[in-house]
Amino acid sequence: MKSDSARPELKREEALELYYFMRLNRSLDELLVRLFRQNKIVGGLYGSLGQEATSIGTAYALAKGDWIAPLIRNVGSLLVRGFKPRDIMTQYMARVTSPTQGKDGTCHFGDLKTRHVISPISMLGDLIPVMTGVAMAGRYLGQKIVAMTWIGDGGTSTGAFHEGMNLAAVQRAPLVVVLENNQWAYSTPVNRQVPLRDLADRARAYGVTSYTVDGNDLVAVLRIAREAVGRARQGDGPVLIEAKTMRMLGHAQHDPAEYVPREMFEYWKARDPLSRYEKYLDEHKLWNAKEKAAIHTRIERELAADLEFAENSPFPPAELAEQGVYCNGCHAIEADWRRDKRELMPPKSSVKPEWTIKNFGGLETEAVFAADRAKQQDSVIEPSVAHPPQTDHKRKLTAPARRARR
Amino acid sequence: MAQVTYLDAIRQAMIEEMDRDPAVLLMGEDVGVYGGAFKASAGLLERFGWERVIDTPISETAIVGAAVGMSYLGLRPIAEMQFIDFIACAFNQITNFVAKSHYRWGAPVPLVIRGPAGGGVHDSAFHSANPEMYFVHTPGLKVIYPATAYDAKGLLKSAIRDNNPVLFFEHKFLYRRIKEELPEEDYTVPIGQAIVRRPGRDLSIVTYAAMVHASLEAAELLAKEGIEAEVVDLRTLLPLDRQTIIESVRRTNKLLVVHEDTRTGGIAGEIAALVTESAFDDLDGPIRRVTALDTPVPFSPPLEEHFLPNAARIAEAARDLARY
Repeated sequence: MKSDSARPELKREEALELYYFMRLNRSLDELLVRLFRQNKIVGGLYGSLGQEATSIGTAYALAKGDWIAPLIRNVGSLLVRGFKPRDIMTQYMARVTSPTQGKDGTCHFGDLKTRHVISPISMLGDLIPVMTGVAMAGRYLGQKIVAMTWIGDGGTSTGAFHEGMNLAAVQRAPLVVVLENNQWAYSTPVNRQVPLRDLADRARAYGVTSYTVDGNDLVAVLRIAREAVGRARQGDGPVLIEAKTMRMLGHAQHDPAEYVPREMFEYWKARDPLSRYEKYLDEHKLWNAKEKAAIHTRIERELAADLEFAENSPFPPAELAEQGVYCNGCHAIEADWRRDKRELMPPKSSVKPEWTIKNFGGLETEAVFAADRAKQQDSVIEPSVAHPPQTDHKRKLTAPARRARR
Repeated sequence: MAQVTYLDAIRQAMIEEMDRDPAVLLMGEDVGVYGGAFKASAGLLERFGWERVIDTPISETAIVGAAVGMSYLGLRPIAEMQFIDFIACAFNQITNFVAKSHYRWGAPVPLVIRGPAGGGVHDSAFHSANPEMYFVHTPGLKVIYPATAYDAKGLLKSAIRDNNPVLFFEHKFLYRRIKEELPEEDYTVPIGQAIVRRPGRDLSIVTYAAMVHASLEAAELLAKEGIEAEVVDLRTLLPLDRQTIIESVRRTNKLLVVHEDTRTGGIAGEIAALVTESAFDDLDGPIRRVTALDTPVPFSPPLEEHFLPNAARIAEAARDLARY
């Protein structure tokens, strides 16, 4: 959680852009709460208060062609990928002008064509295997993309999470999983969900590299995310980042979160990601009062315009309910090939159908492990906060201990 | 020309589609080195390599999930369920993620989930089921269940080329028991079209998959008694070819629905409702159904034989219906 020690090299321009996203995320959330209280929102409102740095810092580390699948609280990630406040407002207000035309609400929308955003579903964990497939497909097509998705502390208890992590690991898929530990799965605290101090340890079971980062420190999140994305992109396999943060509101607006100890809110309020980032910008003289004011003015203007757009947008016509169950010629489905397809066609693709199993899977594998370990240390850059794919502790499991497990 | 089994027809369809389009790939448990539990993908790994024929962990949710992700990038993955019973493990991924994707946010999911279904081979409760109706009840999916080698090949090709998620049920009893000559050239069978397998004037037997063969056998028995049964093979369960069903009932005025699936909530109920809504005046008798029992698929041969419909039971119900 000590992350300010190493000073990252944020360029002034990106520092200001990041502030724009942080402030916009916060202001948009505040506006949505007002709309909820005015009864203008259809259904529930799921806040991202306190988690902005995790959403924004991770998504900001990606390149344009990369893919994301955010969860409901990752409003910041959607903004970074180019969605506008009006998209989120109209979704919550169930208007026909929303990205889903009112077919779905909240942050349940996406864009396959340009922003490369995949819509979540409410069942948690499912995005991990889906994004594993995205990562595998990108590699298959010869694209140098990374797939990123988010999962909460609670979501890591689902079977889909584990199936997805395991498949991503055996496939060495270029996937970055951001495990947003916001301490609460609705009303259930994380220690009732997972008996681990660091949820990043989940990754060790799959031989997946993991990091733990202070999720309320935007600069640290970005630094770690960039490293993780770089690793995934260069073919080191999936990476998991645990960002420790706090859900500062209830599960949704209807929930006063009385089960959260008051002192816990106070602890995290003192570590508010937006205030901390403002302080960081001050301390590193990355902005001046004029620039700050200009960003605030820009956000106010944009939000006012988007609110007007959303409020003036009609609800969808009832008949729309009947449309779009199937894709009947509405899309030309074509992959973006970045490699020679002939590599994938016979006779070039033909192989001998045989497995090679190192040392036949026997117990006398210490020599193989040692060689492996030496190789890994050569090829992997070990960051100070990273947990290497497989620790010495795991490697040194003795033969009797292994036998005992079976 | 060589005779091609139902199983080989499926294998041929995959090979030909993968030859045609590098966006098509196959993944599942033991589909590669082993060639699939029933050898439906024998030789595919040799031909197409590790990137296109992927042996996965035992993770049905991850298999389907990864197929979804691939399809979003324009690939056309085929996900094999080693036995279709295991599709239950991927139920959430299929019914919530896959089926609702295009409707909710306009993202098509061009994938195929295929695998061996059905009983009659004494494989008990977890390797014999017919879970098609869970998915027929899910808007956004297409559900196919062919009865012949010709249809298996032509429909699987259509499924792979379709822009929607298609569940392709293969009846394992038919895998090596039926064969026929297939055209040399590329052909497809359109999704959503039933076919009249045997014309008849006295009653319509509407059925699909292995029960098409039991129904044809029953029709032969009935013909000897002077009852001419028309046998309609649905081929696709979703979308259902309502027109062919209605037209057949208008010709014969009597309807018997036969399926190997269990009784309650089986497609016979849906078809009965459809016919009473659309062709009530054409009916000269009650709509009857012959189905499996409302039990899990039992193991021991006498139990399973009791559980499954057969030609004798279909003929008996048809005789009763013909009396009206």
